[in-house]
Amino acid sequence: MKSNDLILQTSTRVVFFIIFLFSIHIFFAGHYTPGGGFVGGLLMASAIVLLLLAYDFKTVKEVLPFNYLGMTAIGMLIALTTAAGSLVFNVPFFTHWYDYFDFPLLGKTSIHTAMFFDIGVYLVVVGITLTIIEMIGGDS
Amino acid sequence: MINLVVLPIIVPLFIGTVLLLFRKSLLAQRALGLFGAAATLVVSLFLLAKVAEDGIQVVTLGSWAAPYGISLVSDMLSILLVATASLLTLLVLWYSVYSLGEKRELSFFYPATLFMLTGINGAFTTGDIFNLFVFFEVFLMASYVLIALGGERIQLRESMKYIIVNVVAAALFVITIGYLYSITGTLNMADLAVKLGDIGSMGVISTVAIMFLVVFGIKAGIFPLYFWLPGSYYAPPLPVLALFGALLTKVGIYSITRVYTLIFTTDVAFTHDMLMMLAIATILFGSIGALAYMDVKKIIIYNIVIAVGVILFGVAAFNEVAVTGSVLYLIHDMLVKALLFLMIGVLIFITGKTNLREMGGLIRHYPVLGWTYLVAVFALAGIPPLSGFAGKILILQGGLEGGFVWQSIVVALSTMVVLLSAIRIFIYAFWGAEKSFNSPPKAKYVNRMIPVVILFVITMGYGVFIEFLMPLFQATGTQLMDSSLYIDAVLGGEK
Repeated sequence: MKSNDLILQTSTRVVFFIIFLFSIHIFFAGHYTPGGGFVGGLLMASAIVLLLLAYDFKTVKEVLPFNYLGMTAIGMLIALTTAAGSLVFNVPFFTHWYDYFDFPLLGKTSIHTAMFFDIGVYLVVVGITLTIIEMIGGDS
Repeated sequence: MINLVVLPIIVPLFIGTVLLLFRKSLLAQRALGLFGAAATLVVSLFLLAKVAEDGIQVVTLGSWAAPYGISLVSDMLSILLVATASLLTLLVLWYSVYSLGEKRELSFFYPATLFMLTGINGAFTTGDIFNLFVFFEVFLMASYVLIALGGERIQLRESMKYIIVNVVAAALFVITIGYLYSITGTLNMADLAVKLGDIGSMGVISTVAIMFLVVFGIKAGIFPLYFWLPGSYYAPPLPVLALFGALLTKVGIYSITRVYTLIFTTDVAFTHDMLMMLAIATILFGSIGALAYMDVKKIIIYNIVIAVGVILFGVAAFNEVAVTGSVLYLIHDMLVKALLFLMIGVLIFITGKTNLREMGGLIRHYPVLGWTYLVAVFALAGIPPLSGFAGKILILQGGLEGGFVWQSIVVALSTMVVLLSAIRIFIYAFWGAEKSFNSPPKAKYVNRMIPVVILFVITMGYGVFIEFLMPLFQATGTQLMDSSLYIDAVLGGEK
């Protein structure tokens, strides 16, 4: 593209981080309000698609040097390992567990193992979406 | 270890996922792929021993009580099928190491096969009708990858058809589950059986039962719905075809067996008569196809359709003898179809052709292949000491006990067609004047024959030593006909 994309590129630099933060917010809000790993992952993927629209494949690959297929596999492994943790404790598969912890900055927070499962879902969604877009849109 | 039921599902899933991380290394793909299938086989054999000893095994995921959580149920039928599927996947993967070619092997062949095994084992094991749909999609997604693998022209055309048919079937499946859910308000199969038993006979339930027959019939390839099968199965490379022919239609048969013995038993006169008619029609049309072609792949593909009809005839006769026979025949058919497809694969590898008229005189140079093929055909047709016999004789006995006389005669005569169609391959390809082929190196032939001969020995052992396995199958028949065993295990047996 020869035309000057200054406005698109500059606004993308700002908007990208807003979408990114919103995706993280939606992800963590999933337990009590609408949201969760799937929507969060799609939002993150759409933020990267916005980068792809404003810049080109090579630049985005330099900025975010991820292997998206590997990301998908790792997401799957995280989700599966979370569910398979029940094998160690000899309770039915997929039995989750939670407790409250005191963190330095956040204060008293509950951690639920369902969140780790959702991290897996998040990574799989981002990985799959960008693998598809890379395969279709990338130069052969 | 209360999670033993889950292991045949998550072991291939885990190893398949790990394989995605090593997509460039041929060695890792082959070693881990074979290891994954072998590990699945080992855990399913453990589970088989457990089920044979202690009865039906149930795990309700997430520690939620039975109708609310997803139950995974391993009764004799499901674990026998899981063990057979894992065994066949292992042997076919072994065969494909020698035959598939590096390019295809590195294009996600092993992960896709392991994911397909995940879906198949899951579909055999699940006790929740929506979860059954999800596992159907898991193995269908993997099979879309496998059918298109390599990207030849015919594969693209046929995979397109295959995907469209299966997407339509999947949509119909969801709609049918929606109807069933709106009638009963539950998705757990055991709970469904209880609720529908309370409601009793009702027109709308029979409608839903027939809709399930249509959905699963598309997967299984029963009479008016098998139109996609011969073309689509013709396209993929042979190891993939062996997996499809041995496993995929059988998931449909299993699902029909499960819903027609557990859930829809209130209006047997209507639903099972419908199934009976379709089973007979399936046998007839499969027979026509099997006799019509001179193409080795097509002949065996139409034999799948005949076997589907025979097995469903046993289910439709709906008495303990016939159902036991169906299960026996189902396992036999999975083994022998995989065996025949692999043998056809070796045959095509030697001659480079699929048309029977262009082959001849192979018995002089390839006696092992020739004679094992002949014995395998006898097993397929069901000649006494071999594996097809016990199942078919029980199916016929059950059919006659149920008063289905002319239908039983059709089933018995279909044996002739099966024998005639498959023996033609032997007569044309192995007898007669030698035709010239650019014969491949002997070492490559021997490599391919090793897994084939192992599978041959297992299949023959299954027939000859059936007496020792009979207690397992009798337990299967009892569990299938007495649905209260299943219901009690799922709903009553909370620990």
